[in-house]
Amino acid sequence: MDTSIWRPILYLIGVMAFAGVNAAWLGWCERKGAGHIQRRIGPKEVGPYGLLQPLADGIKLMTKQLLVPQGVDGILFRVAPVLAMIPAITSMVAIPFSATFHARPIELSVLLIFALASIGMMAILLGGWASNNKYSLISAARSVSQNVAYEIPMLITVITIVMLSGSMNLEEIALQQKGGFWNWYIFPIAGQSIAQAIIMPVSFLIFFTCSVAETNRAPFDMAEAESELIAGHMTEYGSMGFGLFMMGEYLNIVVGACLTAILFFGGWDSPLPFIPSGVLWFVLKIYLLIFTFIWIRWTYPRTQIYKLLNLSWKILIPFSLAILLLTAVFIKIEGILI
Amino acid sequence: MNEYWRDILYGTKSLLIGLKVTGPEFFKPVITEQYPHFVPVMKERFRGHIELTRNEETGGSNCVVCGMCQRACPSSCITVEGEKPEGSKKKVLTRYILDFTKCSLCGSCVESCNFNAIQFSREYNLASTNKSDYIFDLVKRLEEQR
Ligand code: SF4
Ligand code: SF4
Repeated sequence: MDTSIWRPILYLIGVMAFAGVNAAWLGWCERKGAGHIQRRIGPKEVGPYGLLQPLADGIKLMTKQLLVPQGVDGILFRVAPVLAMIPAITSMVAIPFSATFHARPIELSVLLIFALASIGMMAILLGGWASNNKYSLISAARSVSQNVAYEIPMLITVITIVMLSGSMNLEEIALQQKGGFWNWYIFPIAGQSIAQAIIMPVSFLIFFTCSVAETNRAPFDMAEAESELIAGHMTEYGSMGFGLFMMGEYLNIVVGACLTAILFFGGWDSPLPFIPSGVLWFVLKIYLLIFTFIWIRWTYPRTQIYKLLNLSWKILIPFSLAILLLTAVFIKIEGILI
Repeated sequence: MNEYWRDILYGTKSLLIGLKVTGPEFFKPVITEQYPHFVPVMKERFRGHIELTRNEETGGSNCVVCGMCQRACPSSCITVEGEKPEGSKKKVLTRYILDFTKCSLCGSCVESCNFNAIQFSREYNLASTNKSDYIFDLVKRLEEQR
């Protein structure tokens, strides 16, 4: 393995740039998407097509005072926004953009990413707790119960994938799905048994629903819930504290889309074998998924907290468990037959 | 148990229908007007503040300074003044002041005028922080429109 000093440096620069650009311009994409879904234009004043709007917003946020209100827990209050960004950026280290294009091949990359994802939730918890504000506190409590509820079906679906591929390495998982869309885990007609192909789309739906919930996006944005909780855990934050929370949210979406693309859509694999695979396919897939995130957000109203928990505990968890069980059975039968 | 499955099926279906509704909207042309860049022209029926109607022949006003509008206005917004030039029988309008701060756009003035001398304008860009901006001199306005 190449362990020269250039690799971490390049990773740092590359990921920071990728993360920064995504965090800033996904906000633009979201506003444009929201605009066009509502038949408006969205941002248009700053730069062509409003493309410089994120810069203007960034400058505005940075020039504002970073106010720490009285009565808050000073340290935790300052740590929380940083904690919202760090896990998302760190996750990028484990994501393979193509067979040759990744920061560092890690054997247990799936594990690493999910470990980091659960730290991301800590940011909301700490921010909500440290703010000493009833809305923030309710938001923190909600987001914890939501994340606990949705991490379980998500992890169970991932275990299904890990069982199918026999690896916890994202690169390995993507390589297993090589050679055309019929090998992808969303609908693995070839490679796996037909029965497996029937249950995998359900598995994908569960995973996708969970990643929407994990990233606190509408219709599962119970933590933010402007109409009831003002801005939830972000109520007391202004300036870049708020900016970091927003950027963290968008980065989490990027990580979620990357994971979905790798676990279910073959990563950088091209849909047809005669078209060359590569990083462009990966980028295309993640942005299509991100568009779906935005599309979903501007379609559905926010759910209620108990309906959200019901969905997880009554539907997603039993279903994901059943799929896990069936997958184990299918793999066993296949093992016997071959 | 039946209800459980029905919930899931109908739920999924209705969610998909929701996506189907919003998805195509994304690709349709926008319908909002880009206000400060494109200023829409108001429709015929729009009731802005009143203005003096132009007489196409003389280019001046139809007003004979009868004072009906002034009396009809419930908020006393209107001040009309005129004078009789030497040798003329009719009065000529010299001053027509509308205090728009009090006007409720009721239309009594337009209705009361028998000489078709006032009408609603189609002006709506009237925001100002200065109260005196709303004291309109309609004679001057008529001259400026020429
Ligand atoms: S519209 Fe009504 S309130 Fe306004 S000037 Fe005419 S009569 Fe007075
Ligand atoms: S505007 Fe009409 S009602 Fe008013 S003074 Fe002139 S003629 Fe009379």
